[in-house]
Amino acid sequence: MGQPRGRSDRETVSARLPERLARTIELMEMSPDRADRIELLIDLANRYREVPVRIAERPFEESHRVPGCESAAFVWSEPRDDGTLDFHFAVENPQGISARALAAALADGLSGAPLDQVAAISDDLVERLFGPELSLGKTLGLTGIVAMVRREAVAARARTRESGSTGG
Amino acid sequence: MSISPIEDRGYAHPEYLVSTEWVAAHGSDPGVRVIESNEDPLVYPSGHVPGAVEVDWVRDLNDPLRRDYLHRDGFQALMRRIGVDRDTMLVLYGDRNNWWACYAFWVFRLFGHESVRIMDGGRLRWEQEKRPLVRDVPEYAPTRYEAPPRDDTKIRAFRDEVLRHVEKRGKLVDVRSPEEYRGERMHMPDYPNEGALRGGHIPGAASVPWARAIDATTGTFLPAADLREIYERGAGLSPADDVVAYCRIGERSSHTWFVLTYLLGYRHVRNYDGSWTEWGNLVGVPIEKP
Repeated sequence: MGQPRGRSDRETVSARLPERLARTIELMEMSPDRADRIELLIDLANRYREVPVRIAERPFEESHRVPGCESAAFVWSEPRDDGTLDFHFAVENPQGISARALAAALADGLSGAPLDQVAAISDDLVERLFGPELSLGKTLGLTGIVAMVRREAVAARARTRESGSTGG
Repeated sequence: MSISPIEDRGYAHPEYLVSTEWVAAHGSDPGVRVIESNEDPLVYPSGHVPGAVEVDWVRDLNDPLRRDYLHRDGFQALMRRIGVDRDTMLVLYGDRNNWWACYAFWVFRLFGHESVRIMDGGRLRWEQEKRPLVRDVPEYAPTRYEAPPRDDTKIRAFRDEVLRHVEKRGKLVDVRSPEEYRGERMHMPDYPNEGALRGGHIPGAASVPWARAIDATTGTFLPAADLREIYERGAGLSPADDVVAYCRIGERSSHTWFVLTYLLGYRHVRNYDGSWTEWGNLVGVPIEKP
């Protein structure tokens, strides 16, 4: 208690993260040079795939909109047979490259992961992915995407517990 | 989509805007420097107007320690690094309908750089017109730019000045979202708040969200007649008013400051950059909440 958060604490947090997301974050944190990190994030953004039409079509339902995200991001979850979730995203702002990078990282890193792990993801993964130089507004918007994903996992976990399934 | 020429829109000072066509033709001219300023730090590195340099509001325009803008030495260093002289025409553009470009414009004006322009439509319009974007970062020979001390007296408002402004029932415009203006909490729990202990708005402020000044389809500024409808008939402002604009930290309100000052010709507009993150945390100041 009361100890400063250090490397070992970070490793503990990483250990709780779904494996693929933890690998992405470690890759970012191994790139302390800002330019290198930016290149990695742009590569990530290029891997963004918009929500498939079988899940949602425009106009997207407002209930899926991320509150407070200026890039007009939307989040959906799709249950798998094993009770885990696939996550889908839409980023309507054509210049919302950071939002697309985060969406790609979360779609790849959290889809199919144990719900307990997804429900426990921390807001600080935004800073760990993007570094400390984001504006307050940008940080709030991206954190809103993380929060919405977390809420989807919490809700799915509650549903699976009610139905008696273990849910991943 | 076609848009009317800047000079036909009835602006008080149309010379402070340039079109994307003008930038495509003259952006590389000697004596012109195109500058991209964005909210999203990934946007410039992913591709930008050929020859454009980046000015980042967090790293380049703010004091890293105090909540303040850079001082004379920092501004000089920035301008020398991007290779501009005191008489270089600076053409700003960026994401989010030039929100951050206007913010940089306002900071440049605090240091009295005379020749600054906004590229109408910003990055959105440039992309819509499928104009070239490049990823190589240009380097320009450093200059010996000399700046005067920052002048905070004319276009910047501080909290005590705003309090006096409120007490004498001066005009204010709150450019945040209607939800922020009304002081409503985020409607879902666990979502981040606005960084202030109290919600609401500064007494007497009219609510005019900043982006109403923009044609959302093209990212260009609305014609002056439409702007007057919004700010004068809608919000009760008039060109002779002493107006204070604010938002959360003074960025969105710099966009409105630009609109009122240069497009509608208001002569006494100040940007309160302390904005709601200061006012909403101050002890004892008046707040209105409907």
